Amino acid sequence: MGIYHRPGKLKDALAVLATTGAQPVAGCTDVFASTGAQELPGDVLDVTAIDELRGITKTGLGWRIGATTTWRDVVCTKLPPAFCMLQQAAREIGGLQVQNAGTVAGNLCNASPAADGMPPLLALNAQVELASEQGIRIIDLADFVSGPRATVRRDNELLSAVLVPDASVLGCSRFLKLGARKHLVISIAMVAVRLDVQDEIIRDVAVAIGACGPVAIRASKLERALVGTRVDQADQLVSVAHLEDALSPISDVRGEAGYRSVAALELVQRGIVDVLEAYR
Amino acid sequence: MISFDLNGVSQTLDVPHGRRLSRVLREDLHLRGTKVCCDAGDCGACTVLLDGEAVCACLTPVAQVADRQVETIEGLGAAGPNPLQRAFMRHGAAQCGICSPGMIMAAEALLRRECSPDRDTVEAALAGVLCRCTGYTKIIDAVLDAAGSGAGPEPEAGASVGARVERLDGAAKVMGHELFGADVVPEDALCVRVVRSPYPAARFEFGEVEGWAAENGVQVFTAKHIPGVNCFGVIERFADQPVLAAETVRMAGEAVALVAGPKDIVEALALSTFPVTWDVKTPMLDVRSAVKPDAEHVHHDRAGNQLIAGFVRQGDAEGALASAVHVAEGVLQTGHVEHAYIEPEAGAAWMEGEVLNIRACTQAPVLDQHSMARVLGLSENKVRIRPAATGGGFGAKLDLTVQPLLGLVTLLTGQPSVLIYTRAESMAASTKRHPADMHAKIGADADGRLVGMMFEGDFDTGAYASWGPTVAVRVPVHASGPYVVPNYVAKARAIHTNGPVAGAFRGFGVPQAAALQEQLLDQLAEQVGMDRLAFRRLNALSDGVPTVCGQKLEGVGIGACLSALQPRWDAALIEAAAENVKSNGKVRGVGVASCWYGCGNTALPNPSTMRIGITAKGQICLHQGAMDIGQGANTVIPQMAADALGVPVHQITLIDADTALTPDCGKTSASRQTVVSGKAAVLAAKALRARILQLGNMGDEAAITLSGAVLTLTQGVARRDISLRDLPDDVFGYVLWAEETYDPPTQALDENGQGAPYAVYGYGAQLVEVEVDQVLGTVKVLKITAAHDVGQVINPLLAEGQIEGGIAQGIGMALMEEFHPGKTENLHDYLIPTIGDVPEIVSHLIEVPDPEGPLGAKGLGEHVLIPTAPAILNAIRHATGAALTQLPARPDRVLAAIRATKT
Repeated sequence: MGIYHRPGKLKDALAVLATTGAQPVAGCTDVFASTGAQELPGDVLDVTAIDELRGITKTGLGWRIGATTTWRDVVCTKLPPAFCMLQQAAREIGGLQVQNAGTVAGNLCNASPAADGMPPLLALNAQVELASEQGIRIIDLADFVSGPRATVRRDNELLSAVLVPDASVLGCSRFLKLGARKHLVISIAMVAVRLDVQDEIIRDVAVAIGACGPVAIRASKLERALVGTRVDQADQLVSVAHLEDALSPISDVRGEAGYRSVAALELVQRGIVDVLEAYR
Repeated sequence: MISFDLNGVSQTLDVPHGRRLSRVLREDLHLRGTKVCCDAGDCGACTVLLDGEAVCACLTPVAQVADRQVETIEGLGAAGPNPLQRAFMRHGAAQCGICSPGMIMAAEALLRRECSPDRDTVEAALAGVLCRCTGYTKIIDAVLDAAGSGAGPEPEAGASVGARVERLDGAAKVMGHELFGADVVPEDALCVRVVRSPYPAARFEFGEVEGWAAENGVQVFTAKHIPGVNCFGVIERFADQPVLAAETVRMAGEAVALVAGPKDIVEALALSTFPVTWDVKTPMLDVRSAVKPDAEHVHHDRAGNQLIAGFVRQGDAEGALASAVHVAEGVLQTGHVEHAYIEPEAGAAWMEGEVLNIRACTQAPVLDQHSMARVLGLSENKVRIRPAATGGGFGAKLDLTVQPLLGLVTLLTGQPSVLIYTRAESMAASTKRHPADMHAKIGADADGRLVGMMFEGDFDTGAYASWGPTVAVRVPVHASGPYVVPNYVAKARAIHTNGPVAGAFRGFGVPQAAALQEQLLDQLAEQVGMDRLAFRRLNALSDGVPTVCGQKLEGVGIGACLSALQPRWDAALIEAAAENVKSNGKVRGVGVASCWYGCGNTALPNPSTMRIGITAKGQICLHQGAMDIGQGANTVIPQMAADALGVPVHQITLIDADTALTPDCGKTSASRQTVVSGKAAVLAAKALRARILQLGNMGDEAAITLSGAVLTLTQGVARRDISLRDLPDDVFGYVLWAEETYDPPTQALDENGQGAPYAVYGYGAQLVEVEVDQVLGTVKVLKITAAHDVGQVINPLLAEGQIEGGIAQGIGMALMEEFHPGKTENLHDYLIPTIGDVPEIVSHLIEVPDPEGPLGAKGLGEHVLIPTAPAILNAIRHATGAALTQLPARPDRVLAAIRATKT
């Protein structure tokens, strides 16, 4: 059996990582789900006792979502409308039990292609803060998750916070998730849409799609097409051609690949219409 | 050391910090009210409160509860059920009870935040807990009424039948005291794990097993250790399944060896190191490959991989279809459906003298006893089955699961043993609903009367026989639906593959057949130009008209069920049409489907025996051996017995199923317990009543009152007291007792399936309203109206619970449930309906008495699932025009079917 570290200070946690190669854990909703063992295997670094890592705060540059902020915390924190999609996603991550324990950082580090936290955070241009004894490095979330179940986090690093720059906290947003049942569902497809509209013109746009490829991804081509367009023309721009760079779905027990593409297209369309509704 | 507050008491424990809280509660603290059913946060059964918020104990490392407050089900209502637990009892919100502790803790967290939540809030708060029995409806009702008060009725003598009596065994379920298969672990029990085949078809050889065992400090048992016959099966004539495979495996998940030893050692073992080498063969995974002439035989003596075929013929179906004015024809394929009871199979075994005791979840204690004796080479009186509380079964706990594995270890070692399946193991090893590959054709005349029907279906029975014969025989008998079909031919074959064993699952193949037959009826109604409900009412079976088996029935209630749906049907069609004027990409549809279902074994003996006695101290004991797996036999059978004896039901003490204490009540299967065991109970109670009246020399109308140890008989002014203490003890410790057996009269089927396969049938019809998203292909069930003819309602609360729970499973079968070996062996990839997937359900309990059923009662348990899927399919078609040819109707399949209508 390994050693269970549960420091109360970040610097102690980083020291553990520097010396042991322990696996960082927080809510454990994914790590326990992926083992039949009754005890967490190997050396473990439990970061949930580090108070400074929990909670969402406004900083000079934007918003800081501490690593151990739970999905329930996300739901219960008053946030600007640009975060609506993140709060909507939070409500659909498992049941309340999982939302009370599971963390934002854990969802990202677990790097499931169907991670519900990814599309909204991508659509907020989120960055991740990786702390180690060597210091802090900040990288874009889009670069952090490198493949299914893979991230660029180094063994001595801890994802200490998710950062959302002020420049992205614009407009209103919507998260839409499609599954074959109402709750507790792993998405067939999901989208997060954020639009900033002024004078009937779309000034800023972010569209991210999940569960339709190895990692969630921004629909860049569509975004470029949408920026600067009038709101009444927006939904006509949502086309297969504008989404092809964002879709590489597989067929599995939840649905056929072709269907996923169709569904993603429709969800994007609906997400845009929903957000625009909020401006009416 | 970790310290925390547990239910108000501080605890300090020396346990590994990374241990699951669920494990600490159950094993280190012996608080087994918190249930562990998936170990993955998928089911929520282990929900506890951490600082007042719901979390899954299975996902919580105990280190995280340090210096915090943990509350478990044991902490609620230390002085009896709290108001929430009372509400659960009052509303019938617990059936099997395995999810109840988790459900109640999740609701408790909500009620502390909000004292009068609305329905949506309740749904959101409970969404993380899965229930497979109730359909959630009564759970929501209970939470909404948690502030209410009172208890269900305690009817007077003679008034039990028909009363909404609370479950007599309900308190233990809502308090977390109920002891399921995993909840009793004998001291020093050997922990047993099973080595299973990863391959669906292979030959294998063991390596240095003894060396491996010695090296690891465990004992290993394989086929060569089995002292009796290494073969079991629910139907003896077809028994073909080894307890532990020898040389050949025919399915993935098949057991090949047992490892037993101290818990810490056995649990830590990597079974992948077990010395076995596999010679992997190409598996046959579907019936179309298995019936090819050159296909390998799964069992060498079963040609064409056919286990059995069932056949019914009446009149000239081919001729009638050829000359029919209207003909509808279609195909339907269905997949494996997993029972997904929330309790994985579990149990324990120990020796008492020379008697092997097995305590495990089961639906069939006496059948278990027979099979165990055979497998272990024991006489039956050396095997005692003491069923654990069973956390759902739905058919799969009819077959032996953990019992022979435990029995073997305990018999050979003399030591107690325990075996608890993981969720993945449960799903890999247990039986499934048969995948069906069906084709049917139905014809009608110009006036809309059915003239003929042809049905053929191949049912994938998997590697071993299990209940394949029952499915093959039942399907042709029922594939007509409850309609008059004068010319009929139906054939169903059970075909072996290397897929999971398909066994019994609520309806034995009839739900699959009905899903095709009822769709064709809609198409025919359309061709004839008739309203779909009117078309069914026109063709409904009625008293004295022969069934497709030539059986003339009385008390046929399908007409009354369909008629009960008429008002909602009319309204729903108008509402749907009004909604559909809007063009928002969503369309509404209304569908209806019927069911009929024969109760008990098909044309085979099927007896139940009940014993009832009174002790010298004045305790009335009912030896009720009909397994209650949540459906309510422990309540409805005493209700019937109470009225037959003439005492209040709450004066009856229940002696629960145990092969040493209760006579054989057969299996909890085929919707037979209310009808067959219930009738035995009525006969036994009547016989006891007759003895009492005879003893008091009173007439049949006399009232019996039990007060203390005195029975008082009164009739008019006449009164007699019988002092029980003065009576001599008879056998079984009773001063007065009676035992009666009832076997429903059936008649064997001839070579054309003609005869009287069942003594009693039940009937039902359901009306489903859906909304289909035409772009995404998603289906939302809006409302279900269900009318079920139960002959005589014994307990409306429990009957509604059966309907709601059956409908939930029907929704799952229709829209989301599809098991793939190796891919969906968990409860997040295998989807069952959540609390948000079951709509409002309105139940109409129809009472057309059956002349044979006890007090007129008919069975209900399986009937309730049969119409749901076809009614949903018919509603989808009504909404969109799309006809599904494959179940489940996943969004991608629905969308493909919608698109097919437009080409």
